[in-house]
Amino acid sequence: MLEQIALRFLIGGLTVSIFSVIGDMLKPKSFAGLFGAAPSVALATLGLTVAVQGKGYAAVEARSMVAGAVGFLVYAASASWLMMRYKLRALLATAVAIPVWFMVAFGFWMFVLR
Amino acid sequence: MQIEVNPSALKKTRWYEYAVRFLFGGLITAATGLIAEAYGPSVGGLFLAFPAILPATVTLVEKHTRQTKERAGMSGKVRGTDAAALDSAGAARGSIGLIAFALLTWRLVPSHVSGLVLAISALAWLAVSIVIWRARWLRLRLAPEKRSP
Repeated sequence: MLEQIALRFLIGGLTVSIFSVIGDMLKPKSFAGLFGAAPSVALATLGLTVAVQGKGYAAVEARSMVAGAVGFLVYAASASWLMMRYKLRALLATAVAIPVWFMVAFGFWMFVLR
Repeated sequence: MQIEVNPSALKKTRWYEYAVRFLFGGLITAATGLIAEAYGPSVGGLFLAFPAILPATVTLVEKHTRQTKERAGMSGKVRGTDAAALDSAGAARGSIGLIAFALLTWRLVPSHVSGLVLAISALAWLAVSIVIWRARWLRLRLAPEKRSP
């Protein structure tokens, strides 16, 4: 179990870092931002999930990921709006918008996917 | 608008800024596994699209833009925040690609080789994200012409 967690940590850290580095190198910023929504955690974890828990388990995770991604869309748009409209600092805007992700992701999952 | 690859931009990033992103990425990936263990894959799957890294990324964009403007003798506070807002808006468009990634993986993984499914889904994420970004750019470009008589 501990080995699995450590492996997930390493693969996840590496995958997220690779996508971040690609995003850092790209211009314009609106295009580089696409890489902020890269499926890095999913790529890091789904292969391992299939190997350990099987394809059915991974498919259920991917189905719920649709709700998480809808939450991401509303979250990132909200954070951008807070920065543009109210000139909130990036860290503050992205932090105060986190509840938006939880509400939309869990709401979509509960009312649409379940 | 031309897409540029600028490797020298990496020099602006300090080692600890890479470390923070590695740490957040590793933590959320490990946490996703633990949440799935505790509450099942249906809840755990939600966190495959948790915005773990976006706060760190847009904070860096804001800081680097501000520093560049300040080195040129200007106040970079507003420009830094605007650049972070643009980055975040880009992530919102990228998340439409993320929805495509999740849908394809969900539908294809039970009946196909998982490595191939993940590769196809990742390409779909990239393709959808680029199309959405291009469409937005074209719309902005054409908008003034539409307004003119």
